[in-house]
Amino acid sequence: MQTRKIDIPVMADLHSKGVQPEYLLWIGCAGAYDDRYKKVARAFVKILEHLNVSYGVLGTEETCNGDPARRAGNEMLFQMQALQVIETLKRYNVRKIITICPHCYNVFKNEYPDLGGNYEVISYLVFLKEKADSGQLNLTGSGNKYATVTYHDPCYLGRANDIYDEPREIIKKLGLKLQEMERNRSFALCCGAGGAQMFKEAEKGDKEIFLERTEEALRTGASVIATACPFCMTMMTDGIKYSNAEEKVKNLDIAELIAEKLGL
Amino acid sequence: MDKQLIFSGALLLTIALFFFTVNRIAGFFRLTRPGYPVKDFGKRILLMLRVAFGQTKIFRRPVTGFLHALVFWGFCVILLGSIEMVIDGVGGLEKSLSFLGPVHDLIMASGDIFALLVLLSILVFLVRRLFLNIRRFEGIEMKKKSHIDAVVSLSLIFLLMVTLIGMNTGYIIYSGLEGKTIHGVYPVSSFLAGIGGPDEPRKAWLLMETSWWSHILLIFFFANYLPYSKHFHVFMSVPNVFLSRLEPLGKLYNMDNVTREVKLMMNPETAFSASPEGGTPERFGVRDAEDVTWKNYFDSLSCTECGRCTAVCPANLTGKKLSPRKIMMDLRARMKEKGPLMIKNGKDFNDGKALIRDYITEEELWACTTCNACAKECPININHPSLIIDMRRYLVMEEGSAPGELKAVFSNIENNGAPWQYSPEDRLNWANNLEINVN
Repeated sequence: MQTRKIDIPVMADLHSKGVQPEYLLWIGCAGAYDDRYKKVARAFVKILEHLNVSYGVLGTEETCNGDPARRAGNEMLFQMQALQVIETLKRYNVRKIITICPHCYNVFKNEYPDLGGNYEVISYLVFLKEKADSGQLNLTGSGNKYATVTYHDPCYLGRANDIYDEPREIIKKLGLKLQEMERNRSFALCCGAGGAQMFKEAEKGDKEIFLERTEEALRTGASVIATACPFCMTMMTDGIKYSNAEEKVKNLDIAELIAEKLGL
Repeated sequence: MDKQLIFSGALLLTIALFFFTVNRIAGFFRLTRPGYPVKDFGKRILLMLRVAFGQTKIFRRPVTGFLHALVFWGFCVILLGSIEMVIDGVGGLEKSLSFLGPVHDLIMASGDIFALLVLLSILVFLVRRLFLNIRRFEGIEMKKKSHIDAVVSLSLIFLLMVTLIGMNTGYIIYSGLEGKTIHGVYPVSSFLAGIGGPDEPRKAWLLMETSWWSHILLIFFFANYLPYSKHFHVFMSVPNVFLSRLEPLGKLYNMDNVTREVKLMMNPETAFSASPEGGTPERFGVRDAEDVTWKNYFDSLSCTECGRCTAVCPANLTGKKLSPRKIMMDLRARMKEKGPLMIKNGKDFNDGKALIRDYITEEELWACTTCNACAKECPININHPSLIIDMRRYLVMEEGSAPGELKAVFSNIENNGAPWQYSPEDRLNWANNLEINVN
């Protein structure tokens, strides 16, 4: 098997060469800095390369789009970040944005238009599902490492934006058996990290939300907890550790499942 | 003639009292802030047909949901019968809508059948309230008053159904004994009339008349009790669904007053010029009842404390203090307390209390994960998270108050453009040494 080095196309370089990529790939802070989630960003980029998609990233010009600040009540900071991001995107004439993080997806799609940032915002799950439907992304083929998979709905894709079917169809297309949790789709329990909870200790209670959710996932007996959000990933991975289930259960992102299947 | 006079008097009194209450509540609404504009009437009508009349969201809990749907649909058809009763009462008539023929038969028949279905559903609800220990009905916000309110409202509906069936049964027996034509079709009451009941016209007439009067007077009482009860829901829920936000649940509304400030700051030419509007700037976020939008207040009046929101709240489920139902109940209670004082003494009136802290603690507000499970679950589209965020906005922007870790997040975003303390220079490091397998 041969390997090829990937040189990530950066918007500033592309711009200076007069190249206008079709999509801006928004990496997000977790994709850039969270050690575990960096692997998800890498897996997704490999899929984009595999598909020969025309894309670019902002690289060091990317900055927080303000979402955690807004959810934590700091509207002033959110808007300062947002207006700054909108300026950057204007400079590169960005029209279509692919996001991997659901929180970034939500804020670009639903909230940036109020501040003058109008883009076609595409969740990576919707993008991947469309590529699989059109046949460009061939997910069939034998050799699945996992017996069953359960899928944890991120609040900001599910309830917030009604994206429930795409990840499930991808799992099905991969030939994996999907074992639903008791609370799934619009009934899914939050992992506990939304609304800026990711960055703080939980309030006093009798249980951590991430444990409540991980235990529910473990009850399915699945060997993989599939997630589609960086914060959910932190929570579920922690939950698996707390439950001493690391040997039996893995927490993987949908993009990682695909990249693995394709042998990228 | 006497009957007409007494009836009309009672009706006028009911209407007068009701308008007094409506006017009082309208006064409270005038204290609130403008919310989103209500547009897209076509979409809203469809939403109302689906969620309110179709009861789609209540079916997320299928068993009790079905029983509630029976009560709701029953209420709708029985209301038509009540309109006939009012016309009869004022005009001294009997079955005044019978000229509608088969339509009248249908209204009467469905009202008669639904009376029984509602009665049975209410019985189940009463048993659940009184004898079963249902977690959803408990919680720090569920004081004795809330429980009494629930039982009183259910009992009133129970009595309304008993008197309705009594009235129909009396009417059938009386008409039968007197050899009069029966207007309308009454499957349940005909069955009851068949198995027994008064055997003299006088007694049958008495059953019919006492039931008729108790039924209509109960309605008059109920109508004026409701606005002071959590069961104001009966009037408010359908309009609340009609007026609900149409955007995806994930969207938070933009604060335009903040946008103005940020744009002034970012533009050096205007940075030092005065605000164009002048006067005292509006408070950022929600501190007290007068800071909420009309829709937040509408939500709070529509809430019937069913607790479906709290039952799915991840924070509440894991023992945290936050309860979305309590947020709605607190807003309603606070407006009831401060509203009259503001109407009397002006909107700036300060009674030394506020919605934040005296009703809702910071601990509750910071426990929300904005997962929107509450809003998704609410059968009448109440939106709790947006109000919670508006209170966080007040805490952060007016008081600079937030948990320490979040203050660190703010300064990280400000200084290095990420919630964590990493250098912006390292933003592309994730892509170092990235290789792809090619066949």
